[in-house]
Amino acid sequence: MNEEPDVIRVLLAKVGLDGHDRGIKVVARVLRDAGMDVVYTGLHRTPGEVVQAAVQEDVDVLGVSLLSGAHMTIIPDILDQLKETGAADIRVVVGGVMPDGDVDALKEMGVAEVLLQDTPPDAIVATLRRVVARRGPR
Amino acid sequence: MSAKKTGGKNDLGMDLLDGVEKGNVRAIARMISLAEAAKPESRPALAEIFRRAGNAHVIGITGVPGSGKSTLVDVLAKAMRASGRRVGIVAIDPSSPFSGGAILGDRVRMTELTGDDGVFIRSMATRGALGGLARSSLEAVDVLDAAGFDLILIETVGVGQDEVDVVQAAHTVVVISAPGLGDEIQAIKAGILEIADIHVVSKCDRADSNATITDLKGMLTLGVRAMDMHEGGWRVPVVPTSAETVEGIDDLLAAIDGHGRHLADSGGLEERRRQILEMRVLKTAEDIIRKDFRDRRDKLSGLMDRVRDRSMDPHEAALKLLDRINED
Ligand SMILES: Nc1nc2c(ncn2[C@@H]2O[C@H](COP(=O)(O)OP(=O)(O)OP(=O)(O)O)[C@@H](O)[C@H]2O)c(=O)[nH]1
Ligand SMILES: [Mg+2]
Repeated sequence: MNEEPDVIRVLLAKVGLDGHDRGIKVVARVLRDAGMDVVYTGLHRTPGEVVQAAVQEDVDVLGVSLLSGAHMTIIPDILDQLKETGAADIRVVVGGVMPDGDVDALKEMGVAEVLLQDTPPDAIVATLRRVVARRGPR
Repeated sequence: MSAKKTGGKNDLGMDLLDGVEKGNVRAIARMISLAEAAKPESRPALAEIFRRAGNAHVIGITGVPGSGKSTLVDVLAKAMRASGRRVGIVAIDPSSPFSGGAILGDRVRMTELTGDDGVFIRSMATRGALGGLARSSLEAVDVLDAAGFDLILIETVGVGQDEVDVVQAAHTVVVISAPGLGDEIQAIKAGILEIADIHVVSKCDRADSNATITDLKGMLTLGVRAMDMHEGGWRVPVVPTSAETVEGIDDLLAAIDGHGRHLADSGGLEERRRQILEMRVLKTAEDIIRKDFRDRRDKLSGLMDRVRDRSMDPHEAALKLLDRINED
């Protein structure tokens, strides 16, 4: 018997105190329309909640969206907690607004990709597929 | 912990069994993914999981979209935790028939449970076009059961046969009706109302909930499901709840525990277990046939040609199809 192609699982979380969820819901639909299973967890999650959900859901990609400017503290926290749980193979993709220097620093820390605001839908899908392909099968 | 193949062919997931038994979150999560991926290499590990399962009280929760299932699961699971038991949750949402992808949003409502190690929540998509919902979600239930969760809640959307099947694979079925969605009660739920062991009217903080309660009780007295269809004469209760005010949540938990005790005392539990396992075997056989049919469409074309020119009827072709599955 042949196997079904593995469906990519993504968890989308909005961390921090800032506002609305329109953008992240659009991204969720884009990813669903590309055939992915998207777990959406809502607004105002803490890093601990996000990591717990990503591990329970065993996602391929954890997409963290944040606008608050706190990414240089929140993201390392998430990466550390993933490592502590033995779940460093869950790839972290960050979405938001930030200076180039921060993008490089985040990648240095182990973030797989950073998607700046206004990344077109096709590019988001392609990026996630590339991130999962680069990780390889688990 | 990577569940990689380590040499042998069929040992995928074997390295996770210990972790599952100890309740390790990562191991449980990986094992559920293996159940969902349905690779032949993970069959022995999943068979071992099945051997270790069979202790949990499995509760199916269904109702039309928006009836308040996830919100109820959130507060109900919290009440269950307060009674000292560990709770596993499998939350099912529909896949898009167009892309096969899905948005799994039930977790958004389950905010009371974050940070609690005694609760494990897993979202799953129906993967409608591929079938197999019942199989993979029930294997996920097995994993949680083998991991020692005392109570397992399955949330499904009350539409579609697959989903009715999956709630019927529970020991206790809770059907939710919500005020303001009244028309669906007659229409969609014609088949669902009958499978309820417990009825919930949700959102009873709303003024229009009394009408829903009256409607439902009326329908039950006229109802098709006579009392003697339930094991040992269980009286199906109607429990009004509000997730907002937490009214009725303790009553619901008492009704669920009461149903569990009733099943155990009346001998109904063994009967239900037997029905559930029968359904699982049948469902799995269907999955295997469906998958084989898809995978070998080309090779079957000779057979299909004969059906098309009517020299063979579909019944005989189906028997030949089963023969071929058994030959491999
Ligand atoms: N007033 C009131 N509203 C509620 C209550 N429970 C749920 N709701 C609202 O009902 C809506 C649907 O709730 P969900 O829990 O997402 O319903 P669901 O049945 O899980 O929905 P699907 O998973 O999409 O089928 C939300 O807007 C909730 O806020 C309640 O007890 N009282
Ligand atoms: Mg829901």
